[in-house]
Amino acid sequence: MIRRLFLAMTATLMVAATGMIASAQTNDDGALQITVAGGDFRPIPIAAPAFLSVGGEAATLAQQIREVAVNDLIGSGLFSVAPPESYIEAITDFDSEPRYADWQAINVDGLVTAITNVEPDGRILVKFRLFDSFGEGQITGLQFFADPADWRRIGHKIADAVYAQMTGEGPYFDSQIVYVHESGPKGNRVKRLAVMDQDGANNRFLTGGGELVLTPRFSPNDQEILYISYARGQPQIYLYNLATQQREVLGNFPGMSFAPRFSPDGRQVVMSLAQDGNTDIYVMELATRRLRRLTTSPAIETAPSYSPDGSQIVFESDRGGGQQIYVMSALGGPATRISFGNGRYGTPVWSPRGDLIAFTKSTGGQFAVGVMRTDGSDERVLDASFLSEGPTWSPNGRVVSFFRESAGVNGAASVWSVDITGRNLKRMKTAGAGSDPSWSPLLP
Amino acid sequence: MAFKFSAILAIGAVAFLAACEPETPDADANAGNGGATTVDTSTLQYFQQTVGDRVFFQTDSSRLTGVGQQTLQRQAQWLNQNQAVNAVIEGHADERGTREYNLALGARRAEAARAYLVSLGVAAGRLRTISYGKERPEALCSAENCWSQNRRSVTVLAGAPTS
Repeated sequence: MIRRLFLAMTATLMVAATGMIASAQTNDDGALQITVAGGDFRPIPIAAPAFLSVGGEAATLAQQIREVAVNDLIGSGLFSVAPPESYIEAITDFDSEPRYADWQAINVDGLVTAITNVEPDGRILVKFRLFDSFGEGQITGLQFFADPADWRRIGHKIADAVYAQMTGEGPYFDSQIVYVHESGPKGNRVKRLAVMDQDGANNRFLTGGGELVLTPRFSPNDQEILYISYARGQPQIYLYNLATQQREVLGNFPGMSFAPRFSPDGRQVVMSLAQDGNTDIYVMELATRRLRRLTTSPAIETAPSYSPDGSQIVFESDRGGGQQIYVMSALGGPATRISFGNGRYGTPVWSPRGDLIAFTKSTGGQFAVGVMRTDGSDERVLDASFLSEGPTWSPNGRVVSFFRESAGVNGAASVWSVDITGRNLKRMKTAGAGSDPSWSPLLP
Repeated sequence: MAFKFSAILAIGAVAFLAACEPETPDADANAGNGGATTVDTSTLQYFQQTVGDRVFFQTDSSRLTGVGQQTLQRQAQWLNQNQAVNAVIEGHADERGTREYNLALGARRAEAARAYLVSLGVAAGRLRTISYGKERPEALCSAENCWSQNRRSVTVLAGAPTS
């Protein structure tokens, strides 16, 4: 269902086209390469005057696109947007150079301008520029064509460009989250797969409530989702294609199959199979459906996740007596335990940047979501509650999403996100109660 | 509704039952002397309430307790007497574990119960297992007195008369 049409969306630098703006693409003086860490972090101040438009039809759209972009940037916790009342210069011409002194006077580091046009064929054309107000130059300029239904994605793409240029981190706003929507009583929850934009917009359901579904996971190409369903009795791994809305059972095994994840190249699925009560890790080549066993211990081996280069797998096992996190070669073989703190450790997920592993830990009657280096050092708890579980990484490895479930008969699940520094913990917008979030890669 | 007056099957009748595999409890009712109030042991209700359809486990454990073994011994006896009835053994976990680990733990618990029943003579082909992890709690509070009821395996009969 993700529109490939966006591939046609051009993202061309406009410097040459307009000719009048300095061609500075990035600012190497360090002013904009802000290190987003440390205790005294202050959000980066920017200005985003009302987006311009050509014709009345585009005016509303321009305002809405600006709102999406501004909400993304503020929502990241890394930006503040100065109130428009404070702006000295009124931006009226997209192709004129701004009066930098006016923006320096209100102390904003960046200035975002844009103009929206609706083409005769109905498509939206949005051009945008990001200026460095103190460096006095354009940092980047892009233009986007999109189907009208995809207008929100333009807002996300603009926010991604601003975010990436000004923080030095990769983009992540133009992405989706698949999760399990929950309703009904605790003893008999109705669970449905739902997918939404990262900011909660465009929620839609992929399954009805008639079957129990769990743990969806996005493919590296944004087009497929792995999940568990009890549709045929025994829990089994399904593969759902977002474009065709078709699904298939991924291998028909006598026992339960679960805990699936794609390899980074999307060609393999690593998973757990339970046979005679014993759970081990296997890998399936999608093209041939050939299955290879990676672990053989009588202990529980599950929750496998690939390193971004595909060479290693992090997983959980109770082979040492309790649930702990181990790393092994993607081909199997000996494994090294990496979690050594107090309590039980599970649900390891390798960061797309490769530097960290997110996990769930339970100790002292609480569950926490945290991150550690890939050798287990520098463990940091990001959120602890009655139940905080199941981390998933934003495409840039900067934000972790997870779910909480509150205690008691009326306990309910909710989806949260937090910066890897532990800042900006907040509930994510879902269409009701939700669990098991999985973040997509950046959309094309 | 739970205890219908029909068949009279005392403990002593067990050997007889096992031998002739009665599938129609009503037919056996004629063998009794209708006046006594006693129990049809072949019903689902009898299995659930008198034999006991579930066994409980310690935290993060799939080891059968002494009480659990006694329950499974009664289940095995019943299953050996009611050969036409197959069963699905559900494995469950409390809410104090992560989702996938609990699925694996539920599978372990169901298998522990299944293996014990097989060791007591129940044909392996009559028993299937399924894990629900923490997805289907029986007791809903978030305290040990509820969690202890949720760490369970439940033997669910297929084909037993409901009354």
